[in-house]
Amino acid sequence: MTLWRTINTGLAAVILIIGVSTAVWAGNVRQNLAQESTLETIQKNQTLRVGFSTFKPWAMKDKNGDFIGFEIDVAKRLAEDMGVKIRFIPTKWDGIIPALLTGKFDIIIGGMGITPKRNLKVNFSDPYEFTGMSIIASKSAASGKKSLADFNNPATNVSVRLGTTAEKAAQNFLPKATLLKFSDEAASIQELLNGRVACLIASNPLPSNLAQKYPEKLYLPLKDDFTKEPIGFAIRKSDPDFLNYLNNWIKVTNSEGWLESRFNYWFKTAQWESLVE
Amino acid sequence: MFKNNSINQCAQKRRLFFGDLFLFILLLAVGSFFLYQGTEKLGYNWQWFRIPDFIFTYSNHEFISGPLLKGLLVTLKITGLGFVLTFIIGLGTAILRLSDSFVGNSIARLYLEIVRNTPLLIQLFFIYFVVSPILNISGFWSAVIALSLFEGAYASEIFRSGITSIDKGQWEAAFSLGGNTKFAYMNVILPQAIPRIAPPLAGQAIALVKDSALVSTVAIYDLTMQGQSIISETFLTFEIWFTVAAAYLVVTLLLSWTLDRLAESFKSAW
Repeated sequence: MTLWRTINTGLAAVILIIGVSTAVWAGNVRQNLAQESTLETIQKNQTLRVGFSTFKPWAMKDKNGDFIGFEIDVAKRLAEDMGVKIRFIPTKWDGIIPALLTGKFDIIIGGMGITPKRNLKVNFSDPYEFTGMSIIASKSAASGKKSLADFNNPATNVSVRLGTTAEKAAQNFLPKATLLKFSDEAASIQELLNGRVACLIASNPLPSNLAQKYPEKLYLPLKDDFTKEPIGFAIRKSDPDFLNYLNNWIKVTNSEGWLESRFNYWFKTAQWESLVE
Repeated sequence: MFKNNSINQCAQKRRLFFGDLFLFILLLAVGSFFLYQGTEKLGYNWQWFRIPDFIFTYSNHEFISGPLLKGLLVTLKITGLGFVLTFIIGLGTAILRLSDSFVGNSIARLYLEIVRNTPLLIQLFFIYFVVSPILNISGFWSAVIALSLFEGAYASEIFRSGITSIDKGQWEAAFSLGGNTKFAYMNVILPQAIPRIAPPLAGQAIALVKDSALVSTVAIYDLTMQGQSIISETFLTFEIWFTVAAAYLVVTLLLSWTLDRLAESFKSAW
């Protein structure tokens, strides 16, 4: 690799990058609106493709390797009401919005909290459930901590999942703490069990489930959730038809009481535990 | 006759060069076109203007490094320590494998086979989640150790092949001078082997830089992790990944160039 070659390769890279960035200037030309609504394509292909990530008990694998959970029930019912088949596409949470934007699936049904930042990139339906953040702490690494203030110092390591609202909540409520971000749930929990972090921040019921599962290692420092977040379906922008359909579907299933009954089954009872363990 | 020939050759060379250059530019154009088309189709909203702030900001005569620069420093720190450890582990393992000691030989063999036949990601998880709580190693060091063990295995094979490529007579010559094994290694074998080893070893060093991106999976704030973090907050997916890739490219190119220079000077020194 001579100097000349090095410069050449570098130049090639620069030109490539410039080539990409010209798309910026050209991108200012307003894109034509999508010719067809996703609603149409779903019916044409006779399948609803759903993007999600595994979060207990929103979505998880049961003993036979099938997906079960609150969001899975919701997605199945939605597909049934549309009269189409369903295809589940598990995706890493931190890459789920780009995957939706690039058309890997039609909709995110995965307990996604509605946030202004996300809303800049995707459209959200009306909320179909609400969830709250909670803290689960390690007895060895965070003994005697009882409030958010106790965790808010640089010496405290907090584990969260990358790209979740828990990450945001941690930044808002514990700005001084050191955040360790993981892509998957198992790793973030293992970190807590190993005592490398003082606590884990996640949407309930994960913290309360963990506290029940490992009573000798973990405890719940806070009595109640410290946030309450609306959860909505996420779809690509500029698709009023699909959005309208989803909002009305939520109104209908809500008025039937179906959503609430499913929510209570997955979040308030432990009847489904036997399906997973 | 000869003169004509050389002129012809010159012209031919020039033609070749310009033809080559044309092809090169064409290739780049095609590549850029595809990228442009793809992003157009996506309707992706490019916001390159937001990127510089993530690299560094300069306000009130104060230079504040952004998350990407901080991440790059962590990456460099990991790879720097990784180089040293990889070199030590690699050379040590190679010498153990070439030694007559049965124990040393089998330990080296065992380590090599395990490391080379399992994925780096799993080794990293194993060291980070299983080994480090027992031995109380920090997250950063467990990542460095996992990387060095992995790359060291490959480096050791490079060392070994370099050492075995030196003619047997050289060993005999060293011993005939009344030296022991250490003397032979230090003064006869390694000085000849290292120039041969240098190119593949440089390749291994570059692999180390690229593999260091995996430490982002265990919450270490290297370049890749910082990139992921920013994306999860701003969704500037393509811009950030391109920037991160460019940063890795700059680092590896600089590294390969420096190592080439070093190898050259090393060669001329002997």
